[in-house]
Amino acid sequence: MSTPVSSTGTGTADVTAAAALALGDDALILSHRLGEWAGHAPVLEEELALANIALDLLGQARVLLSMAGDEDELAYLREERAFRNLQLVEQPNGDFAHTIARQLYFSLYQHLLHTELAAGDGPFAPLAAKAVKETAYHRDHAEQWTLRLGDGTEESRRRMRAALDSLWKYTGELFQPVEGLELDTAALEAAWLAALGDVLERAGLALPEGPRTGAWAAGAGRQGLHTEPFGRMIAEMQHLHRSHPGASW
Amino acid sequence: MEAHPADLGAQLLAAFDAAVAADERVEPRDWMPEEYRASLVRQMAQHAHSEIIGMQPEANWITRAPSLRRKAILMAKVQDEAGHGLYLYSAAETLGTSRDELLDKLHSGKQKYSSIFNYPTLTWADVGAIGWLVDGAAITNQVPICRCSYGPYARAMVRICKEESFHQRQGFELLMALSKGTEAQHAMAQDAVDRWWWPSLMMFGPPDDESAHSAQSMAWRIKRHSNDELRQRFVDIAVPQAEALGLTLPDPDLKWNEERGHHDFGAIDWAEFWDVLKGNGPCNEQRISQRRRAHEEGAWVREAAAAYAGKHTSTGREVQA
Repeated sequence: MSTPVSSTGTGTADVTAAAALALGDDALILSHRLGEWAGHAPVLEEELALANIALDLLGQARVLLSMAGDEDELAYLREERAFRNLQLVEQPNGDFAHTIARQLYFSLYQHLLHTELAAGDGPFAPLAAKAVKETAYHRDHAEQWTLRLGDGTEESRRRMRAALDSLWKYTGELFQPVEGLELDTAALEAAWLAALGDVLERAGLALPEGPRTGAWAAGAGRQGLHTEPFGRMIAEMQHLHRSHPGASW
Repeated sequence: MEAHPADLGAQLLAAFDAAVAADERVEPRDWMPEEYRASLVRQMAQHAHSEIIGMQPEANWITRAPSLRRKAILMAKVQDEAGHGLYLYSAAETLGTSRDELLDKLHSGKQKYSSIFNYPTLTWADVGAIGWLVDGAAITNQVPICRCSYGPYARAMVRICKEESFHQRQGFELLMALSKGTEAQHAMAQDAVDRWWWPSLMMFGPPDDESAHSAQSMAWRIKRHSNDELRQRFVDIAVPQAEALGLTLPDPDLKWNEERGHHDFGAIDWAEFWDVLKGNGPCNEQRISQRRRAHEEGAWVREAAAAYAGKHTSTGREVQA
């Protein structure tokens, strides 16, 4: 299913690879974070749901990274500064509300993004056609939990609000232009804000206030500038692979 | 004409015994002896608990899996285990208990899970050894349960065994890649097999003459074969597989016995088995406290879901106050 980069036309291979890396890293890193939940979820059904989403994302990551090179070399042998994922997806899991807020912000974005990519005829259309079905499910999962936590108990509402607030500053980055992706980012952002506003209203929550990006942070993850927890995360992810150079697994 | 209660009980028991002897399936609404019900609840709960505690030793390696392909396989496997836990709790609930009640008993130590999951996963190769040996032993134990007298349990096992066989092949294939890989990888595989072999043999339970529930379970056709029979079957299957892997099994007494048509094998350290069962294994405390912590830290999430459900109907509309 991986589309050879060279088939996309002379001169576009590099930018296609750059975009594949950005989207592939998002999926890879968020999948890893969700994998950390295994054995720790609040209820058995969520063990299944979180693992399921993690697997979907890992599948997407493998296709995308393969468009940019060798999936394992890219996942296991790049250093922190070479990763192109959004800072949002590398944020630690925190409590369940924190994970759901991260899922809500990202899955809304990813669903809108893949819907648009699937409708076009670019190199990502075949992947997006499959991913859009998966991300619709991820979005539904995040929205359903946002409703339950927002409109559940006092405690769940407080936690959900705190989680939405604390991750808000990473959402501006979602709409920075990505090299190799022809997107109307302003339209994407407007659609995202509208969809988010709708689900938060239904949950009895408001859109967080405050800046959606820091002065230094605009587009940061896409440029390889990450937050502190990220280095520790990839140290764990890569250590075994790096301990056996050249080995097959 | 009214039957005397004692006569009625005797008639019911006789009809039950006859049905079981004729290999008929017992279904949730059928009359069954209380001991049969209690014995099944105990076994199915322990089986369900083993699935969810068993997620921990493998999940321990999800974030460190050495390739994306292996990571995807491992995530899918751990997800399947959560699913098996769900089937088995549902099957147990047909006997009049509830998942919450069973989880409470797991958390308080009143119900057990398989002793194998009290051993630690120290290297990546342990993930393969668990797939090959632990899942292999589980399948040997579980395939006969597909013909168990209690219908819901038997049907759950049909589905579970299909997935378990797949996991076992994946574990074998993981070990094969290591065994045929670099010297360091081969050594890692051998070390894992050395550590998991004996605990896997212990999964079949105590020897037949020390097994408290065996005779009754076999009479009721919950169990089809004795512990020692299944253990022998497993050894006979595993030996040629180890050869195919290019790995050795850590038992100097292991050899083919032409006369018996089976492999002879060395003595199991039953003192270790009972000790682990009593709670003194390497990870007993860690496994149960992680399980309790996940449950306790998730309480507010379950409460939120319940509160939300109380406010909204299944169609998502507000309930009129």
